[in-house]
Amino acid sequence: MHALALLAASVTVIGATMVITRKVAVHAVLYLVATMLGLAALLVMLGGSFAAMLEIIIYAGAIMVLFVFVIMMLNLGQPDSAREKEWLRPHVWLGPGVLAAIICAELLYCIVPLSDSVPSVVPITAHDVGLSLFGRYVLMVELASFLLLAGLVAAFHIGRNRVEDR
Amino acid sequence: MPVFSFNDTLLLATVLFSVGLAGVLVRRNMIFMLMSLDIMLNAAALVFVGAGARWHDAAGQVMFLLILALAAVETAVGLAIILCLHARGRPTLDADTGNLLQG
Repeated sequence: MHALALLAASVTVIGATMVITRKVAVHAVLYLVATMLGLAALLVMLGGSFAAMLEIIIYAGAIMVLFVFVIMMLNLGQPDSAREKEWLRPHVWLGPGVLAAIICAELLYCIVPLSDSVPSVVPITAHDVGLSLFGRYVLMVELASFLLLAGLVAAFHIGRNRVEDR
Repeated sequence: MPVFSFNDTLLLATVLFSVGLAGVLVRRNMIFMLMSLDIMLNAAALVFVGAGARWHDAAGQVMFLLILALAAVETAVGLAIILCLHARGRPTLDADTGNLLQG
């Protein structure tokens, strides 16, 4: 296994292990973002750059923001200023920052054109994925849209009951 | 010689899935259980992309897209349930306290 791949894989596994062992939920969210970044680097090395892009945009961007919003809305106990002071201490963001910096260093190492040490895989581009997605698998796109609609309606319904009950 | 052989992909996905499964089994906080579910879904998606790279087929990344949609829906509904339970005045997020199906 290539050293870069080994590094990204270890970042992923270490991040996942840290996620399930944290006490505070916000720390776990930070480690989970670092895990997603490491996994996105792995997907690039597997030739799936489109998948890696979606992993970063949707997983590390959108879904993690959902988690952060919910943790902020739950507002478990502490007063705001104390909690913010707690979040800004270095021991909270140092571990995820180091993991993300490793991934960033790999990225910088790979975009330097002199370093030709990364063996090239034949990539599967977004063009291939789009042709396959809207060709053979167009029925699954419809099913996924049904699933998204069902999730939207369910989340709206559950949230609306909460407002009425209070 | 590719960077990542298919065996390595399978090994890494197995480790990642085991970590997520251990998180679901060990942690009782519902937010942590949702995060562990996301880790497990990521492991499954990694297997799909790795298999797509192994046989050079775009279907692996199509499956990745569908898993992404599934993860988004699962997270949204799960977090809505957590917010609903918290708004009912439940003091903790312990998953084992909600086993009676009563409001």
